[in-house]
Amino acid sequence: MQVFLPIAEVSVNAFLLLGLGGLVGVLSGMFGVGGGFLMTPLLFFIGIPPAVAVATEANQIVASSFSGVLAHFKRKTVDLRIGTVLLIGGLVGAALGVYVFNILKAQGQVDLLVKLCYVVFLGVIGGLMFFESLNAIRKTKKGKPPARKKHNWIHGLPFKMRFRVSGLYISVIPPLVVGVCVGVLAAIMGVGGGFIMVPAMIYLLGMPTKVVVGTSLFQIIFVTAFTTMLHATTNYTVDVVLAVLLLVGGVIGAQVGTRIGVKMKAEQLRILLALMVLAVCGKLALDLLLQPAELYSLGGAGH
Amino acid sequence: MRILCVIWFSLLATLVTAEEIVLGLSSDQVSIDTSFDGSEILIFGAIKRETPIPEGKPVEVIVTVAGPSEPVTVRRKEKRLGIWVNTESVEVDAAPSFYAVVSSTLLGLSLNDVEDLRHRISIPRAIRSVGAPMNITDASAFSDALIRIKSNADQYQLVEGAVSVDEQTLFRTAIKLPAALTEGNYATRIFLTRDGEVISKHETSIYVRKVGLERWLFRLSRDNTVVYGIMSLAIAIAAGWGASAVFSAFRR
Repeated sequence: MQVFLPIAEVSVNAFLLLGLGGLVGVLSGMFGVGGGFLMTPLLFFIGIPPAVAVATEANQIVASSFSGVLAHFKRKTVDLRIGTVLLIGGLVGAALGVYVFNILKAQGQVDLLVKLCYVVFLGVIGGLMFFESLNAIRKTKKGKPPARKKHNWIHGLPFKMRFRVSGLYISVIPPLVVGVCVGVLAAIMGVGGGFIMVPAMIYLLGMPTKVVVGTSLFQIIFVTAFTTMLHATTNYTVDVVLAVLLLVGGVIGAQVGTRIGVKMKAEQLRILLALMVLAVCGKLALDLLLQPAELYSLGGAGH
Repeated sequence: MRILCVIWFSLLATLVTAEEIVLGLSSDQVSIDTSFDGSEILIFGAIKRETPIPEGKPVEVIVTVAGPSEPVTVRRKEKRLGIWVNTESVEVDAAPSFYAVVSSTLLGLSLNDVEDLRHRISIPRAIRSVGAPMNITDASAFSDALIRIKSNADQYQLVEGAVSVDEQTLFRTAIKLPAALTEGNYATRIFLTRDGEVISKHETSIYVRKVGLERWLFRLSRDNTVVYGIMSLAIAIAAGWGASAVFSAFRR
């Protein structure tokens, strides 16, 4: 069944969109990532204009994260206090990101920078996570207890705050900075930012893995909602029909994914996520390195 | 969906000296709704004459349909530091969003260059490009690329031999419109040519517009951006919550 999307102005098969939404939704529930880093490139491939894909994806992430965060609230695995600090940073970052996005769009370089961002971030984070998880699995197999959290430079920063749910007493600066980075990525790349926030929370802030997924979803909802509003009012690129089709599949997928995620071990989850992050990274890197079949591209004037 | 645009030729003659086309459209509108997946326009009509059919080469028919023109930036990628990036760009002042040329025989046979230039019939002529920046020496590569990319998306079409002409009087053809269409007036021109010269020309337009939910959403997203944004979010959250509730109800 073909559906004509009013803002993207293309005709797409509705079942394809439902299926894509469902698949990415399962991953979103399993890993606590918005799934945007997979969905946005997939939308490019089926012919949705990049600007529309990024903005609509932000809207869709709000919905798929909403059902996820409800599930986490019920299990009390959300740290609202640190979530709020991350959120404040996120809103600042999103505003900054949309500003940069609009400048790059006018210069015709937005595709390149979006792809470069993907390759760099996904490559570094995917690689780090992969080796960390491998080490963790090897250690548990040998029967050694996991290493105790060390005190590092983060504990020397001022403005300390107590986060009871996470059992942390750290400065608010690192979570604020993480929040800003995630906000920028949400606006520029059409991602929730879970793929950078989850590792940052685990490795940088030292939060327990249990509350990481719920707390990141909590922050993602508000940041992507804010990003959606910014894109809708400055670029007119939020396609609500596309978003609804993606989220119907996505919400159901996320519920399935959350249940799968509970049954799996944290290390296994992390190694799976790392492999997927690396696969997307590799595909995008190849696109930049190999000579494209069509060297020319069209753009509207002043866009 | 097949939309029939019937182009009638009136036989109630006014005084004429040569061959000419008089048109009337029974349907001159293409509606884009949620299920729009391209469409086909059927154009047919007749050639009116007061005198017998002239001797010599037969009459040929060329039909063009052009969507609204807009400026387009064509960018070229080059390898810099190992990766392919957009470098040079050329601004094309006006390129139709859609353009189809359908002719009864090879365009080169039915139309000479002077007439093509005058009436801007062939695809390269339909694009208006004032000039490339000084640093670009191969400007034609950019307009060729524009035509190539648009042709691959079926947005530019050259179909030779697709207009059938019977007894040098009746003609008919079909033009396929792709799913990705811009709203606006689609200028439709019918040319009669003989020996490369245009002997008669008729112009009309087909109105392509969004209808129903499509139109409502599109207008809201442009006119009332804040309301549209809040509505998108509300729908998303409601659906997220609703689907989650339905799902857990099923689990129990």
